[in-house]
Amino acid sequence: MASQHHDHTVGHEEGQHHEGMTKGKIWRVFFYLLALTALEFFIALVLVHGGIVQKGIGVNVVYIALTLLKAYYIVAYFMHLKFETFGFIMSVAVVFLFILYFIALMLTEGGYLNTHYHSFPSWANP
Amino acid sequence: MSTTVTELDKVKTGRWNGGRSPFNVEYGKIMMWFFLTSDAFTFSAFLIYYGSQRFAHMTWPDPDKLFQSIPFIADTGFPLVFVGIMTFILIMSSVTMVLAVEAGHRNAKKEVVGWMIATIIGGLMFVGCQALEWTHLHHAGFWWGSIPFQEGVSPEVTLAPYFTKEISEVSALQFANLFFTITGFHGFHVSIGILLNIIILGMTLANTFERRGSYLMVEKVGLYWHFVDLVWVFVFTFFYLV
Repeated sequence: MASQHHDHTVGHEEGQHHEGMTKGKIWRVFFYLLALTALEFFIALVLVHGGIVQKGIGVNVVYIALTLLKAYYIVAYFMHLKFETFGFIMSVAVVFLFILYFIALMLTEGGYLNTHYHSFPSWANP
Repeated sequence: MSTTVTELDKVKTGRWNGGRSPFNVEYGKIMMWFFLTSDAFTFSAFLIYYGSQRFAHMTWPDPDKLFQSIPFIADTGFPLVFVGIMTFILIMSSVTMVLAVEAGHRNAKKEVVGWMIATIIGGLMFVGCQALEWTHLHHAGFWWGSIPFQEGVSPEVTLAPYFTKEISEVSALQFANLFFTITGFHGFHVSIGILLNIIILGMTLANTFERRGSYLMVEKVGLYWHFVDLVWVFVFTFFYLV
């Protein structure tokens, strides 16, 4: 009896799992996002524009890493996904493996066109 | 008859053993998540095509040279500053949205109204900035299917201000098409988001959620709004930084 009664209330209580994001936490995540964006601008305007670092794969990898970190903070905290059940997180996130595969395919394809298909005319920059 | 319960007869109480919602998320919210997943696929397809085009070309217009104006202040010389302001506005409006959701959990109607208004203003500011950015590029001669062109002048000369490496018409054209398509699709999402936010604000003011006893709708629209912010994070990186 007691356990049955308990089962009834569990759904209701867990239906409002709102703990996790307090005002303080929200502002902290905001400052993380702001700091990451500021870091991106620092790299773009001071390091790359100032000629300290060359544009290229190295800088791009850093940009993409910072972008993914920002995406993580938005999805996990602002969209509250971190506080959902494991099953739900998986059902939303696992499909993006296909996107990773698609990225690999299409970039390989693009690279192939570039090296084997020199048909785009271009002029040297003065 | 034995009174001990065998392993098989025990009532299972796990998350997936029935009798309860395993995801423990309200139906509309699950559907919003699945819609956003499919929408993420659409945006991914756009951005991946853009990436493959970048990989397929020796040269590409330099974002530092394309985007260096601040509307009403300076026409050239300030690369990335204006888009920095836009990014800040969008992140800020995302924060006010979470704060609205948080206020909704406490059933604090007044605070929800305040934060929703702030979010709507942020969204409108962002769309306005995007319009200015588009106008600037359009005046320079970029549009769907068109790039800066002067009668009797070689494209090499006309396009020179936008390139750091070799100059290519094909690259410039691909850039123009993809920039307007992808930022346009994103701007369309922002506009829809503003519309949804206004509807939710109206419902809050009409005490709909107060009577319903939960501000779950604010949360669902909030998910959409954060997704729009999330997409901008990627658009920003791939169009303005890389």
